[in-house]
Amino acid sequence: MSDQDAVFGHRGNRDASVVNSQGKGTIDGTRPSGPVGQGRAGDPFLIGEGMTGGYGKGPDILNNCTIAVEKGQIAVIVGPNGAGKSTAMKAIFGMLNLRQGSVRLDGRDITALNPQDRVKAGMGFVPQVNNIFPSMTVEENLEMGAYIRNDDIRRTMEQVYDLFPAVAAKRRQAAGELSGGQRQQVAVGRALMTQPSVLMLDEPTAGVSPIVMDELFDRIIAIARGGLPVLMVEQNAKQAMMIADKAYVLVQGANAHTGTGHELMQNDEVRRTFLGG
Amino acid sequence: MSSNRQSASASPWRAPIVFAILAALFVLEGTVRNGMFSGSWNTSLAILNMGLISAITALGVNMQWGYAGLFNVGVVGFLALGGLAPVLVSLPPVQGAWSAGGPRLILSLLVGLGTLALARIVYARTRRGLLVALVLIAGFVAYRWLFDPAVSAIEANNAASAGNIGGLGLPVLLSWAVGGAFAAAAAWAIGKVALGLRSDYLAIATLGIAEIIVAVLRNEDWLARGVKNITSIPRPVPYEIDLQQNPAFVDFATRWGFSAAEASGIWVKLCYMSLFLVVLLTIVLLAELALKSPWGRMMRAIRDNETAAEAMGKDVTARHLQVFILGSAVIGVAGAMMITLDGLMAPTSYNPLRYTFLIWVMVIVGGSGNNWGAILGAVLIWFLWIKAEVWGPNLIGLLVGPLPDGDVKAHLLGSAPHMRFIAMGAVLLLVLRFAPRGLVPEK
Amino acid sequence: MDILNALVAFLNFVFIPAAAYGAQLALGALGVTLIYGILRFSNFAHGDTMAFGTAITIIATWGLQSLGVSLGPLPTALLALPIGIAGTALLVLATDRVVYRFYRVQKAAPIIFVMASVGVMFVMNGLTRLLIGVDEQRFDDGARFLIAVRDFREWTGLAEGLALRSTQALTVIVTVIVCAALFWFLNRTKGGKAMRAYSDNEDLALLSGIDPEKVVRMTWIIAAALMTIAGVLYGLDKSFRPFNYFQILLPIFAAAIVGGLGNPIGAIAGGFLVAFSEVAVTYPWVKIAGYLAPGWEPGGLLQLLGTEYKFAVSFVILIVVLLFRPTGLFRGKSV
Repeated sequence: MSDQDAVFGHRGNRDASVVNSQGKGTIDGTRPSGPVGQGRAGDPFLIGEGMTGGYGKGPDILNNCTIAVEKGQIAVIVGPNGAGKSTAMKAIFGMLNLRQGSVRLDGRDITALNPQDRVKAGMGFVPQVNNIFPSMTVEENLEMGAYIRNDDIRRTMEQVYDLFPAVAAKRRQAAGELSGGQRQQVAVGRALMTQPSVLMLDEPTAGVSPIVMDELFDRIIAIARGGLPVLMVEQNAKQAMMIADKAYVLVQGANAHTGTGHELMQNDEVRRTFLGG
Repeated sequence: MSSNRQSASASPWRAPIVFAILAALFVLEGTVRNGMFSGSWNTSLAILNMGLISAITALGVNMQWGYAGLFNVGVVGFLALGGLAPVLVSLPPVQGAWSAGGPRLILSLLVGLGTLALARIVYARTRRGLLVALVLIAGFVAYRWLFDPAVSAIEANNAASAGNIGGLGLPVLLSWAVGGAFAAAAAWAIGKVALGLRSDYLAIATLGIAEIIVAVLRNEDWLARGVKNITSIPRPVPYEIDLQQNPAFVDFATRWGFSAAEASGIWVKLCYMSLFLVVLLTIVLLAELALKSPWGRMMRAIRDNETAAEAMGKDVTARHLQVFILGSAVIGVAGAMMITLDGLMAPTSYNPLRYTFLIWVMVIVGGSGNNWGAILGAVLIWFLWIKAEVWGPNLIGLLVGPLPDGDVKAHLLGSAPHMRFIAMGAVLLLVLRFAPRGLVPEK
Repeated sequence: MDILNALVAFLNFVFIPAAAYGAQLALGALGVTLIYGILRFSNFAHGDTMAFGTAITIIATWGLQSLGVSLGPLPTALLALPIGIAGTALLVLATDRVVYRFYRVQKAAPIIFVMASVGVMFVMNGLTRLLIGVDEQRFDDGARFLIAVRDFREWTGLAEGLALRSTQALTVIVTVIVCAALFWFLNRTKGGKAMRAYSDNEDLALLSGIDPEKVVRMTWIIAAALMTIAGVLYGLDKSFRPFNYFQILLPIFAAAIVGGLGNPIGAIAGGFLVAFSEVAVTYPWVKIAGYLAPGWEPGGLLQLLGTEYKFAVSFVILIVVLLFRPTGLFRGKSV
């Protein structure tokens, strides 16, 4: 909601013959990036450290929250509803203003960068919803993923198709006509097209069937084993921890438990409070 | 970020201050004669009267926009339809017109409406497009078979001075209500179609229906003589000429230091003004009462959160239709009043820019959702619209004064009256940008 | 029965005029649909911007004519068209910078853009009036007919004549070229795909590295070109009267909505559908009926509606399509 929305309230927004709210953006694309700083010695590959902040002028949602992911590993963020999981990921991606803390990637401090420039700096981000271009074909979705690249993208595209054979067969179809799981594959594929140095997935399995979820997890493991670190927010905590090299349990925007997936699965408190016994 | 946001809690003095400025402008117009003002009370009151009618129109639009968020871009159509009422209600009957084809004409219109209704029923019962098409074609043929000879007969009747169906000879004030009813009926038909779809298509639908209504007025000579215009629509107030011949009035005028001609004009305009004010205040009063009633609370609830209201079992579409009809009725009343004031029905004058979009400028400038804002915005914008025609050339004349005489100067001077379009656009854009809640923001 | 003459009459009075008119509507609707899809509002200033672009082109045409430049059989306006497009593009870009950009940065609700476009409409209307006045202007020169009625009769020996005005042929040819170029651009080039991506999903486009301002600029330039071309072709075919350009807004909107707002193919289909229906419904078919059924004497002109009611036709088509296919014939974005 921007200030301008308050002017007319909801007036006129129902009239499809004059207004088109479909695909309207929410990210402020005009915020300029600040300078890139030096990373710290001994940092993990990607770290959001001591992050505190919230949306706009609203209250803090994150309180001194730290998330990190090492090369070749899968890190998951889990936690109860409203714990700030997605917010933590968006903070790392630069979509909210941090009052404290910093985000460092591959030896650089990128706290001051806006989301667009973080993509250029090597972050591949897959939003939870609206993560494809529905009226464009699968192939065009991938091309758009590689928009910032000026080199030959065909090899990357073949790699993506190899990873997701199901969507490869539908490369000429509009992405919006695919099934939920296939859309997610297109979304991940689109993010991979930039050849990112870290892949960030916001609840990639939201709303897909268990079978599709298993398949997606398999693909994600494959991506990580290929050397690309993966940071992901997951609703299905159990399955996520099983594949996680590192898991972060957030409660009320702060780190509650941190450890390898296996460790946390063994942790009584974690099991009791939110894995359901 | 919030550079353009007005403070949400506007001063309670805002409306009175704007009102006072407005009043001062009209007094200046009536008393001071210089490059900006005419110094004639007749001009001042003429602007005010039309401003009051604009205010009623703006009230109607503001009901639709302010209460329900409906974007009506067919204001000109509802105004024109309302304007038809004085012609059909208050004009004296045309000799021979009714006997020439009146009943047949009415029958044809009934057949036309019946066909539409039948098609709807057939579709609802059978869902067979072919059958519906058959009904429509048969109905259309029957309608044209009845309609065409009736119209020819009526238009042939005393074609030089009449050729129309004529009126009922009833009081013209009655026609104001009828005008509202006409507009309401059209609004019901159009709203029923455009508001019932998955999302509204009201803007384009109203744009279309307005074009059609104006086209009907322009081309159906039997109705209101089309482009041949109808003059001499009866007045609810005295005629100037009668006043000037009335010794008591002439006496009265000279005592106040006016000539009889000037005083009679002022008197007539004051009479109109009182009538318009009564209508305006009645509508505002009813609107404000309605807003405070349970119905109004529901309307506000729907406007603030449509989804929640729908979840609570409120029929949002039906409420929107209600408001659309009510607002259009108010516009229709204004249309009838306008024709009464002009004493002239001239379909070619119904220009959407002037009668739809200028009204929108009034509503936005006044403050969406605020009745008093709509009124003040309407009168102010109308004043500026009229005066811009004078100020524009004066301003251009001043600016190009130093230029040597030539084509460019002549062209600029010649086109100066068009400046008011640019001025109105600029006013709207500036208000949207710097005071988007309008002069008198909604509470 | 005289099928040949009936066919010629049909081509002459229905098909050719409707094709030319449809092409003009299609170009106008393409502009509306692009702006709706990418900038997310219906541009009420569209008609008046068309008039403005045409006015610049007319003035440039007069300038060229006074210099003695001409294109021979083709209208000089074709040569002046690039000047008109450039002028209109500059104006709409300036408008965007001064008016719309502020709301875009604010992520304002689309309805505010609609309101702003009403303001822009007033300004454009005034500018056009300042530039060229409100009177009718004719600016077509060059050869008037590709096929004249009398020549056609002599060649074929038919009773019925056929006229093909050069402006009609030109309209259709230019429209085909423009549409082909536009679709090539939208579907084959990086810039065009970026525009479609932005229309689909603004945020994702931004995150993919697409510069929103660049997309918006491109959209305005293309829309300005479409508006100017449509306006000039309409003016060449009929005549230039600024008020007509305001009125054409309804059929243009109707065409864009009938085709599915935001869908370029739909806009073209909608334009031709509206045009053909308008002409077919308002044409007196008595002559053609006379050729097809020589013995039959119909009482009237066999005209469904008077030409004055052509706007009613676009309106009825619009309503019917919306009742049965709310997203338009081709799936648009207005769900």
